[in-house]
Amino acid sequence: MQTFVHDIVIVGGGGAGLRAAIAAAEVSNALSVALVSKVYPMRSHTVSAEGGSAAAMGEGDSLDLHAFDTIRGSDYLADQEAVEVFVAECPGEIVRLEHWGCPWSRGPDGRIAVRAFGGMSVNRTVFAADKTGFHLLHTLFQTSLKYEGIVRYDEFFVTKLLVEDGRCAGVAAIDLRDSEVRCITAKAVILCTGGAGRIFSFTTNGAIKTGDGMALAYRAGVPLKDMEFVQYHPTGLPGTGILMTEASRGEGGYLTNREGKRFLEEYIPSKMELGPRDILSRAIIQEIEKGRAFDGPYGQYVHLDVSHLGEKLIDEKLPFVRELARNFVGIDPVHEPIPVRPVVHYMMGGIDTDLVGRTRLPGLYAAGEAACVSMNGANRLGSNSLSECLVFGARSGRQAAEDALEAGQTDVRPVEKVAQAEQARLVATYLEKETGRERISAIRRELQAAMERGAGVFRTEESLKEAVEEVRGLRERYRDVALDDRDRAFNTELVAALELDNMLDVAETVVRAGLERRESRGSHTRRDHPDRDDERFLKHSLAFTAPEGPRIEYGDVSITRWPPAERKY
Amino acid sequence: MSEETIAMKVARYRPEHAAEPYVDEYRVPYREDMVVLDALNHIKDEIDGSLAYRWSCRMGVCGSCGMMVNGKPRLTCSTFLREFYPKPVVVEPLRHFPVIRDLVVDMTDFMEKLKEVKPWIIRKEEKPVEEGEYLQTPEELDAYKQFSMCINCMLCYSACPVYGRDPEFLGPAVIALGRRYNLDSRDQGQTERREVLGVDWGIWDCTFVGECTVVCPKDVDPSAAIQREKVATTTEAMLSMMLPFKGRA
Repeated sequence: MQTFVHDIVIVGGGGAGLRAAIAAAEVSNALSVALVSKVYPMRSHTVSAEGGSAAAMGEGDSLDLHAFDTIRGSDYLADQEAVEVFVAECPGEIVRLEHWGCPWSRGPDGRIAVRAFGGMSVNRTVFAADKTGFHLLHTLFQTSLKYEGIVRYDEFFVTKLLVEDGRCAGVAAIDLRDSEVRCITAKAVILCTGGAGRIFSFTTNGAIKTGDGMALAYRAGVPLKDMEFVQYHPTGLPGTGILMTEASRGEGGYLTNREGKRFLEEYIPSKMELGPRDILSRAIIQEIEKGRAFDGPYGQYVHLDVSHLGEKLIDEKLPFVRELARNFVGIDPVHEPIPVRPVVHYMMGGIDTDLVGRTRLPGLYAAGEAACVSMNGANRLGSNSLSECLVFGARSGRQAAEDALEAGQTDVRPVEKVAQAEQARLVATYLEKETGRERISAIRRELQAAMERGAGVFRTEESLKEAVEEVRGLRERYRDVALDDRDRAFNTELVAALELDNMLDVAETVVRAGLERRESRGSHTRRDHPDRDDERFLKHSLAFTAPEGPRIEYGDVSITRWPPAERKY
Repeated sequence: MSEETIAMKVARYRPEHAAEPYVDEYRVPYREDMVVLDALNHIKDEIDGSLAYRWSCRMGVCGSCGMMVNGKPRLTCSTFLREFYPKPVVVEPLRHFPVIRDLVVDMTDFMEKLKEVKPWIIRKEEKPVEEGEYLQTPEELDAYKQFSMCINCMLCYSACPVYGRDPEFLGPAVIALGRRYNLDSRDQGQTERREVLGVDWGIWDCTFVGECTVVCPKDVDPSAAIQREKVATTTEAMLSMMLPFKGRA
């Protein structure tokens, strides 16, 4: 077995992973930082983020206002200590990205511009037209190339955390080129693998968003926090789920129903289209239920209308929305409204970490969407997540670097043994398995459908219970999967099988934690428990792995200066 | 209702089974709103799990799914079957690259060349973050914006006859990205970068065929980047001959 020895291993090469890698490399150029990703870093899903990245930099803004908006948006479940750290460090991160070449959109005076976004009470969202994630990712990736200390393992899929003597000491990863496991050791491992939108059938998320890091941590005994909170973005294209950015509403777009009415008047008149995502997604579903939506081949939908903004503004501020709508549904938003419906977009929950990314397992850290600090609580505000990748990516990278500098050498031999056992497991379970009748695609499709039915915008005891059962059943069936592909060279079916394994674990925590949370808060809306219940549930859920399925415990929420209050807009 | 179908002729290469590439033909259900990638996913999910290809965002921005579709380099997520229906669709790996497996090409060469061109901001002195951003007017942003839109999808390398002939050639995307930083008002690395761009296998290798610009799904126009970089380099050389102590204008 080939073994590679590093000081730090970062899993995932998106916004959080790259930012962590650069932060670690900047702590000391003596540190060797491995960046391990199942795709080339510039393919990471950060690339698809559109609207912007929040930072209190505009006129009339303040850190406290950004903090309050975030906490209110979270339905008071965010840890206020985390939010305070976050808002304080956003502006510096935006400027740092600017210095690295990010083509932020500018005002006429040459300063970084800000735009309006949902749930934000002032213009606070820094943007690069409507390809913010793309530019942010490529800026970070290209900048990362100048650090000699960063060693990339492109197209390596991590299958296991190597835990030795109570410490995370590296990862086992298959090199896709030959499907052989490599042992990559380190004094610190940071998981930056992003979200898990693909556990649902209708999602904005790319194919790679299968919750890999979440599942790795979970299996190593680290709890997943607040997994029941799944963000539905109000405006995805029916069929594909392609995101129509919130910036289209930030720039002045309308949501209208079949009667041509801006229906948000009935739901959130003070904010209208600039309301937070959970409230808007519920409003759209209710419009559908009231029969005021349009019928289409991919379900019912409402209209996102930006035509009144004019071609010039659309081309300058929303060129990607125009490009996507034209290419994928044949609609030019300059002249026609765009069909949209709520679509799974983001996981508020994730690997339980502290303010510097540390988990309960020594040597293991997490940042970005894979992590739950928690600064998003029960509902994330649009444009806070790119900033979260930067702030907490940097914090975890620095912390891991400092801890690695202090730590003694890892004894490689016992770690290698764990990796060798992992290689044997993969060969026996997948590549040389002689039995099995289940197709990966069938189990995956049924999982996604079960999640849509059971854990959608509106949930009930019954729907969640049924989903829990279904996911358990699919977990059983998974034991019987068989691969068509037994080749060693670039075996994408093997990767798909391992991803599905991860998806099943993550999905189970979502529905189990959702079942246990018998209240409605933020994105988690229970028809049978329509009110928020601070008495019982002003708590973070923590899902621990157990043989009979996730065991749910609860942890405290940090409240500093904003006592929980009714969430009013 | 009888279901409409379309024939997919897909290039296969499985070095563990056969030394040479071959073609597998599949019939998949056809709908007007299906893209080539949907057809590949149908094959993989329902017919043959062994077919290997890369994809992720399915919205034309991650750059993973470039392949030859009926002889032309395309993003398969953004290429509709209706463009070809009822004729068969031929899918092959991107031309001019070594093939690892089926539709998966080896892009190591591009990754190395990208680094050579130093695609990051080079400053003589870094301004501390506390002092805020570098000012950049919308006009200054416009000067390089187009060349910053490259998604590294490799279609231009597949289209470029020069790269096909001479793998040393830096190629359209890398030169466009070098140009992107050269044109950025915050950057001071033009001289360093010209050491990379100005060599024989850099901008001067390009014979201005312009195919790169035709196939670019993001309108980056690498061809214009290369031609303008040639002019800029020549101007700089002339100036340094005429004004030896002035350096760069």
